[in-house]
Amino acid sequence: MAKPKLAIYWAASCGGCDIAILDIEDKILDVANFFDLAFWPCAADFKYKDVAAMPDKSITLTLFNGAIRSSENLEIAELLRAKSVVMCAFGSCASEGCIPGLANLTTLKEICDYAYLKSPSTVNPEQIIPQPKTKVPEGEISIPVLWNTVRTLPQVIDVDYIIPGCPPQSNQIAAVIEAVIDILQNGKPLPPKGTVLGATDKSCCDECPRKRDVKKIKKFVRPFSIVPDPDICLMEQGIVCCGPATRSGCGAKCVIAGVPCRGCYGLPSHIRDQGAKMVSAIGSVIDSQDPEEIERIIATIPDPMGTFYRFSLPDSLLRRNQA
Amino acid sequence: MSFEPKILGILCNWCSYTGADLAGTARLKYPANLMSVRVMCSGRVDPGFIFDAFKAGADGVLICGCHPGDCHYVEGNYKCLRRIPMTKTLLQGFGIDPNRLRLEWVSASEGLRFQQVVTEFTEQIRSLGPLQLKEWGYTPHQSEAGHPEPQPALNQ
Repeated sequence: MAKPKLAIYWAASCGGCDIAILDIEDKILDVANFFDLAFWPCAADFKYKDVAAMPDKSITLTLFNGAIRSSENLEIAELLRAKSVVMCAFGSCASEGCIPGLANLTTLKEICDYAYLKSPSTVNPEQIIPQPKTKVPEGEISIPVLWNTVRTLPQVIDVDYIIPGCPPQSNQIAAVIEAVIDILQNGKPLPPKGTVLGATDKSCCDECPRKRDVKKIKKFVRPFSIVPDPDICLMEQGIVCCGPATRSGCGAKCVIAGVPCRGCYGLPSHIRDQGAKMVSAIGSVIDSQDPEEIERIIATIPDPMGTFYRFSLPDSLLRRNQA
Repeated sequence: MSFEPKILGILCNWCSYTGADLAGTARLKYPANLMSVRVMCSGRVDPGFIFDAFKAGADGVLICGCHPGDCHYVEGNYKCLRRIPMTKTLLQGFGIDPNRLRLEWVSASEGLRFQQVVTEFTEQIRSLGPLQLKEWGYTPHQSEAGHPEPQPALNQ
């Protein structure tokens, strides 16, 4: 029997998800033994045309990491969707936009202006900004069109499963791979479509061992400016922690180490918007009933948009800057 | 046709909804632009409700609760008081005028005040114009065909 085919692709991502897959240690040998690697641009030399030449539904599983922000990302997402039986949004970028998604706070024009003209390290006397099509003596050459809005994978194609995390924790990846092999080998039924794999459906606070009282605070502090108490809830010490609005499954690694949760596992299913939930949570810890004092306390939170929506802006209720 | 704003009113059960009721029984007229939803307490208002309202097509959101100190649940309205300024900050981050969101205290006996608040807020939203959200009408096919995203010009 031919081995089932596995494809791994990166769109707008940092490559950390690919590294996380390699990070599952000796389990990677099971992957290599069990699957036939059909496509993995990060690890080996594959061409898009090789994938295009495959029959439809010939790839058993595709792990797609990265957000969709260019015509190339969309083209490959649609191509892999057609060729795959199971399409899995792998990691925070694919499932909810992640760091590339913060581009939705501004516009493509502003991003290009800064990157190619204004940034202090740029030397661009001819003021050249890349264009989708350029005429050269040999003819016209083209590059993918960059979009004004970053989108998530489920917003552009039909996705079967989601594995959250930035990146997904290696023990969770290993567990998912084990489950996939079990399903394929022993003919077990697939989980229902849309299932979030490699995570639970509770909030990060649920896994957090820190003690919560009902202590309220008068100001917020940056994590580097205090030495946090190792046993007490970080939020109650004035550190903005996204735990209340974040899915658990990571093992609460950051908060155990004294670093606030940044929200990379995305939303649990009972929350619709990470930022809104954070506003709710923070509203409950502020110790004031005076509107002016409340304004002063809130002003001590640096960059609320970037903090609350660090990983989920394109997947949030309002999705992008509407101005 | 002139613009008729759609406004969502989230009213607390104990004071503001009763206040709105009083405005009705007293036959005080206020604009029909307000669609009211009753919640048990203004502290129940998750900022997600507000974002969801804007997403669903509201041009403005009005939240009414008991006056500070009068909350049926002792301090629910203070929770609301602390959430609204931060919600406004996020709205600003999303490029939406924070004046589209307002928190007002209306007690059960303030039918007249409810009328004034709704009238004034409706006029304010009318002057702000309709809220048109980008991105929610998006389909991949449309973008693929036309590439409607603006491209930076060479040598601008």
